[in-house]
Parts: sequence; C-alpha cells; structure tokens
Amino acid sequence: MNKVMSNKWMITLYIFPALLLLLVLIYFPLVLSAYYGLMEWDGIGDMTFIGLKNFITGIQDMKFWSSVQHSFLLALFSALSLLGYMAIALILASNIKGSDFFRKIYLIPMLLSSVAIAQLWIKVYNPTNGMLNSFLMAIGIDNPPAWLAEPSIVLYAIFIPILWQYAGFYILIYYAALKNIPESLVEAARIDGASPWQVAFKIKLPLIKGVFKVTIVLAIVGSLKYFDLIYVMTGGGPNGASEVMASYMYKLAFRSYDFGYGSAIGFLLLVITLIVTYMVRKLTVSDEEELQY
Amino acid sequence: MQRLGYAVLYVILVMIAIVQIFPLFWLFLFSLKDNQQIFAQSPFSLPDTPHWENYVKAWQGNIGTYFFNSIWISAVAIVLTVLFASMATFAITRMRWKLSKLVLGMFMVGLMIPLHSALIPLFKLYLSVNLIDNPISVFLSYTAFHLPVTMMILLGFYYTLPKEIEEAAIMDGCSVNRLFIRIILPMTTSVLSTTVIINMIYNWNEFVFVNTFISSDKYKTLTVGIQNFIGQYQTDWGPIGATLIISMVPIIILYIFFSNKIVEGMSSSAIKG
Repeated sequence: MNKVMSNKWMITLYIFPALLLLLVLIYFPLVLSAYYGLMEWDGIGDMTFIGLKNFITGIQDMKFWSSVQHSFLLALFSALSLLGYMAIALILASNIKGSDFFRKIYLIPMLLSSVAIAQLWIKVYNPTNGMLNSFLMAIGIDNPPAWLAEPSIVLYAIFIPILWQYAGFYILIYYAALKNIPESLVEAARIDGASPWQVAFKIKLPLIKGVFKVTIVLAIVGSLKYFDLIYVMTGGGPNGASEVMASYMYKLAFRSYDFGYGSAIGFLLLVITLIVTYMVRKLTVSDEEELQY
Repeated sequence: MQRLGYAVLYVILVMIAIVQIFPLFWLFLFSLKDNQQIFAQSPFSLPDTPHWENYVKAWQGNIGTYFFNSIWISAVAIVLTVLFASMATFAITRMRWKLSKLVLGMFMVGLMIPLHSALIPLFKLYLSVNLIDNPISVFLSYTAFHLPVTMMILLGFYYTLPKEIEEAAIMDGCSVNRLFIRIILPMTTSVLSTTVIINMIYNWNEFVFVNTFISSDKYKTLTVGIQNFIGQYQTDWGPIGATLIISMVPIIILYIFFSNKIVEGMSSSAIKG
C-alpha cells in the first residue's frame, strides 16, 4: 500500500499537468512582470534596461495613486456592504417561508457576465432614457445627473452595479453558514429565554465568525483586483475619475503600448494585493478562540 | 406584533428581490421595443407590438460565431481544468510525498493573485510561441487560472473519502491509474458536476483574456463579441438589448435546471478558504 501510493513516478504523473500550468502561466509571469518593469519596452520592439525608473515614476505618478485610492474605496465599500448582506442572511435563515426562492433570485446577477451587466447599467444610467433617471423624473426630481459623466459621482455610480452583482453571492455564503449551526444550540438558547435579537447576536453571529473573516478577505482582495465592469462602463473615465489599479495598468500596456511601465504597475498591484491580504488575515485571524461546531 | 414584524421582514426581502431582477426585466422590455417607443414612452411600459426582429438583427451580427466559440472554448477548458484538478487533488490528498503541503499552498495562494499582474508577461509568452490570436492561449489561461478554485471545491470532498476503499483496492493488486479512473473518479461525480458547472459560468463570462489575446472576429467569444457589436449600434437600443438577452439565456437555462448545484458550488468555492 505505502509503496504504491508513494511511487515517485505516479505522484509526478498526477501532479505534473496542473503544477506545470500553475508555474508557467501564473507564477512565472508574476516574476517576469517585475523583470519587465525594469525595461523600457513598447511590446513589439527591443527592451532596454532602465533600472528602477518605471517604479520610481510609478511612485510619483498621481494618476496611479488616484487609481489606488479608488480601488481602496471600492474595497471599503465592499467590506461595509457585507454587514447588510449578513443582516439579510439572518432574516432568510430564520425559518422564513420562501427563503430558498429568495436566495436563488438574489444570486442571478452574479451568474451574468460583467460585460452584460456593464452594458445593462450603462443603459440604466442613461441620462435621458435610462431606468434610473426616468424614475427620478417621474417622482418629481427635475435635473437628475448624468451619472457616468460626472467626475464627482461616477465612481459611486459604478460601485452600485458591483455591489448589485455580488450581493447574492455573499448572502448565499452567510445563509449556508447560518444553516450549518446546529438547531439544538439555537433551541437551547430560546428555552433559556433568549430573545431573537440575543439569539442572532450572542449565538449565531459568533458561530459564523470564521466565515465572516473569509468573506472580508474575499471582498477586499476581489475589490483590489476588480476590472471588468469598470473597464466596460467608463474605461476609467471621465478623465481618470473612475480609474482603478487594474484598469490603469491595462490602459498603459494595451492602449498606450507602454509595456515596461505597465508591467511595473502590474507588479505594484500584486505587491499591494498581497500585503493587504496578509494584513487583513493577520487582523482577523489573530484571535484563536474560533468556535468549532 | 410578531406578525407585523414578519410582514416588515417580508417586504424587505421582496424589495431586494425586485432590485436584483428588475433591471433584467427592464432589459427584456426594451429588447422588444424600437427606438421610437424607447425614447417617447415610459421606460416601464410594455411594448405595443413586440419587435422580435431586434433578435434577428442581433443574431445577424456574427453572434452565432461568438456563441459557438464560447461553447467549445469553455468546454475544452472545463475538461482540462476538471481532469487536471482531480489528478492534482488526488495526488495531494491520497498519495504520500514530502512536498504535498507546499504544492497545495502554492495552488491556494493562486486564489489571491490578480491576473492583471500576470497579463503582460502572459501576452509576451504567448506571442513568443505564436499563440496570440489563437484560442489555445485562451483555454490554457482559463484552465490555469481556474485550477485553484476547482481544487478548493474538490479538496473537501477528497478528504472525506474513506481510506479503506483504496487500501482494499491496492491490496487486490489494483494499479494507481485504475484506482483513480475506476474507483475515485466515479465516487466524486457529484462534486465533479459542481465544479463543471462553476467553471462553465466562469468561462462563459470571462472577458479579459479573450479581449487581450484574440483579435480575429472568428475566434472571439460572446463577451468580447457583444462588446464590439454594441459599439457599432451605440444608439439602437433594441438590438443591443436583444444581444444581451441572448448572451444571458444559456446561463439562465443552466440556472433553472441546476440551481441547487450552482448554489452549492458558489458557497463551497468560498467557505472552505
């Protein structure tokens, strides 16, 4: 038995295809992006080594920092919205009729492509004929804004469909976690005279703390690397008002053909994402009194 | 009092449901209208006569090709992803070797990596082996980037498989390949189908790789194709709506038939992290 299942040839055979793809198409490119960041390169011609110049430019580039700021703002909004999703999941999981139907409806936007969602919301936000402004005008608001053309609101206007897209996903995760709590625990608390609020805050929420931490990491990391919807809806505009890290990197490389600088920004995106992931994990997983059930 | 509270909660749930699906309903409405109706009447009015020709117009715009490409490229990527992920998960959870923990860790870190950081080097890599504007670059990328999440879904299941079965099989002289193909894979069909569906959704909706690596119309998938198509029809809302609806229909049908699987896959892709 031991001999068969620790046969080196067999192990190599089974792990090789997946590991090869992982190393060649994910890890190796990450290392290369740091290397290309040291080059001046238009994507087609020769590379010229220019040392840390791209990284120094990046650190002084106000457009880059504003995209960083926008990404972090999205991360903040996503993390805060989790509280709302948790509240909805608590309602859904409290033996309400039709909870299964509701959570399935909520999940629908998550299944659609970002391109389709982006195109749909471009229409929703259309200043004259969009769903939103038509509704606002119908209830007597005379001059509703052109949501995607106004630099001061465009970023928030884009956050809405992103939250809309992911709401069902997080509600689903919390719902599944809440349903995992043994009924006997909740029942015991009820018999001891705990109110529904106490059951929710003293019993249920502490029990699913672990899942909550995972979703915080997911929401923050997902936000920092977010791209699709923003790229399609505004392309980062108007004038960089809705630019995020990934869209800025994409623009540098595939629109301005500045592949060297684009690689440097791509590498900074990786570094920022990994540092933030590490910090969020450290902050949330530091207390080891996680309850097992 | 309690009934009132119940009613309030219900109203909240129903309102959220409306927010989640009303934009889609509105999209369907305007996909059946002509511009005159869209611009002159209330956006929430029903179409006077349904303009199904919007769908004909949408279909004429090469969308058939995009549709077909989405299907076969997704399918190839799904087969590769699920097979390689199963093999790797098998090797990591059932076989005994020193580096298994490290390799597993590398796959799991892969979940956190922003694909944009790898995009330029990937582009250059494919360029140097002549795979730019070739669907191979797309499905290889799908496979590589979806291996971690697929393995995460599989892992929980593999850990629960009883060791006795493989011990008995090996005792009887069964080879590792036979054990994997004849015994392990059939035992995991239920979780395999979950990973297939989750990958189907991811691949169907993928945008960045196709947008970056593919330039010929004949290889574009639906997401990138409709993006181009819509660019041409800027002001003609009806066909745009029809195109978007067409792109959503397969996923919606999938959801109607496999909603429980999808719900299960979506939650297990996160919880076990």
